[in-house]
Amino acid sequence: MLTGKAFKFGNDISTDHIIPGKYAYLRSNLPELAKHVMEDADPTFASRVKQGDFIVGGNNFGLGSSREHAPLVIKMAGVKAILAKSVARIFFRNAINLGLPVLVCDTDNIRDGDELEIDLQSGVISNKSNGKRLTFGKIPIVMLNILDEGGILPYIEKHGDFKL
Amino acid sequence: MQIKLSCKSIILILRSKFGRDLYGVGIIVGKTIAEIILSAKSGNVAHASDIVVAQIDLAFVQDTTGPLTVRQFRAGRFKKIASSLKAAVFLDHVAPSQSREMSNDHILLRDFARQTGALITEVGDGVCHQLVAESLAKPGDLIVGTDSHTVTAGGLGAFACGMGSSDVAIALGLGKTWFRVPETFLVELKGKFSEGVYAKDLILYIIGKIGAGGATYKALEFGGDGVSEMNMSQRLTVSNMVVEAGAKVGLFPSDEATRRFLTEQGRTDHYKPIVADSDAIYQKIIEINMGDLEPMVAKPHTVDNVVSVKEIAGTKVQQVSIGTCTNGRLEDIELVARILKGKQRYPDTRLIIAPASRDILVAATKAGYIGTLLEAGAAILPPGCGSCLGLHQGVLGDGESCFSTANRNFKGRMGSAEAFVYLGSPATAAATAIRGEITDPREFL
Repeated sequence: MLTGKAFKFGNDISTDHIIPGKYAYLRSNLPELAKHVMEDADPTFASRVKQGDFIVGGNNFGLGSSREHAPLVIKMAGVKAILAKSVARIFFRNAINLGLPVLVCDTDNIRDGDELEIDLQSGVISNKSNGKRLTFGKIPIVMLNILDEGGILPYIEKHGDFKL
Repeated sequence: MQIKLSCKSIILILRSKFGRDLYGVGIIVGKTIAEIILSAKSGNVAHASDIVVAQIDLAFVQDTTGPLTVRQFRAGRFKKIASSLKAAVFLDHVAPSQSREMSNDHILLRDFARQTGALITEVGDGVCHQLVAESLAKPGDLIVGTDSHTVTAGGLGAFACGMGSSDVAIALGLGKTWFRVPETFLVELKGKFSEGVYAKDLILYIIGKIGAGGATYKALEFGGDGVSEMNMSQRLTVSNMVVEAGAKVGLFPSDEATRRFLTEQGRTDHYKPIVADSDAIYQKIIEINMGDLEPMVAKPHTVDNVVSVKEIAGTKVQQVSIGTCTNGRLEDIELVARILKGKQRYPDTRLIIAPASRDILVAATKAGYIGTLLEAGAAILPPGCGSCLGLHQGVLGDGESCFSTANRNFKGRMGSAEAFVYLGSPATAAATAIRGEITDPREFL
């Protein structure tokens, strides 16, 4: 069971919002890079986010670059799941590969600052702030298995190959 | 443009409801180009929504995503690159390096290439996607790269898609990865472009119509009579930008234009024809009369914020950036030189040109285009990604506007989050450089 506070963002949050390309020279210095997480969407995010919180987006979250640093700095910030109405495909795959759940659901029922409780097993999101319950879309089994192992590297280390 | 649900898509809907049983009763279904390639590479009959593991032909990284790939490759305890695939490392995004940190990343990548035998390019060789198209991609190939514009090679009929560093690290180690076989939208092109309208206008028009998430997880396949009118340079521009509609791949058939291009590159032997089956199932068919299109512009801050140039003409810009993997090819530079010949850039508008590859810069120099551009007041950058990712070589300041031939105009994309990026064709960019404000290129043709 995951519990935390929602940080709500709008539609089309791109990888440039999440971690701008201008910081590409910091990508081998992850602690320094991570200080700029979500900077061009909300410059106060990095100082406000706490371990266990959630990022909640609208449509097409994570569009743009293939930079895996985008979900990586979100994970480093302590975020335990990303919720969005829809997610760009490379970002989706990258987040799962890092063991960071991405849940597709109707995020209109979540406001900035709402307290959420997420049960990944049963697939239910409870919004403690308004009492509403949401369900999230199915994740393909291959991705669930990767998520279960904590990411693609531990998955491959365990299985040695892709098991479909 | 019309979007219609084909009768074949009804079968697809039935199939998504009833699964494979539909085939169990003897309905044989043709394949899209995406399905043809993923079937061949997975050794299975692959249809939309299947999950397959497929053999990769080419896996590559560039200098801003490569270092993490190398670290993940090592963390995965891979000792060598799978012998079944070709591996390449491109130093193009920040090349020459703008900082000590980037130089250290370049050192890391050069060491990795030396240790593993991966092909490596150097500063000034050009953008990965252009070099992949010129030298490496073959029709029917399965290609993964740690860059979202890996889709560019779809212009040659290769299933090429961008992935993250971990995925490509594992592809390098195992020689394969998993794919969800995408449903395909067929873009049926009819007729030909009218004067002043180019491939960039076509793809901007499509993205504007279907939206920045309109093709998420899908393959876009280009077909129809209009395709045979398009040369490889135009096809690469279109495929390059399919990811801006969320697509996984943008596939052109491999045909005479493909053969001609490969022959020009001295690799006729890499040609093989690829077309979709006539009874392939498309989830959606999008018909476009190319002759109806006009010069288009994507306004800040999303690529689907598309209007015709007429609607935005007169908007002042302080910088015009021409080049990149989207529009830095010889045909683009030739067109820009033709428009700028004997003219000057507007005094308050700087003009920056980054050819997509060394071969292009050499050819453009020999043809006299580079001299023409320099005389018109342009600054020529080394072949590479230039200012596109907002790190160097033309970073925008607060409140500035740029007209760019690149593929993204997200907030903060070219440096300042307070800057504005407009996207359009090289011809529109050249006309805009002359006037200092967004200008319909047909006034100069």
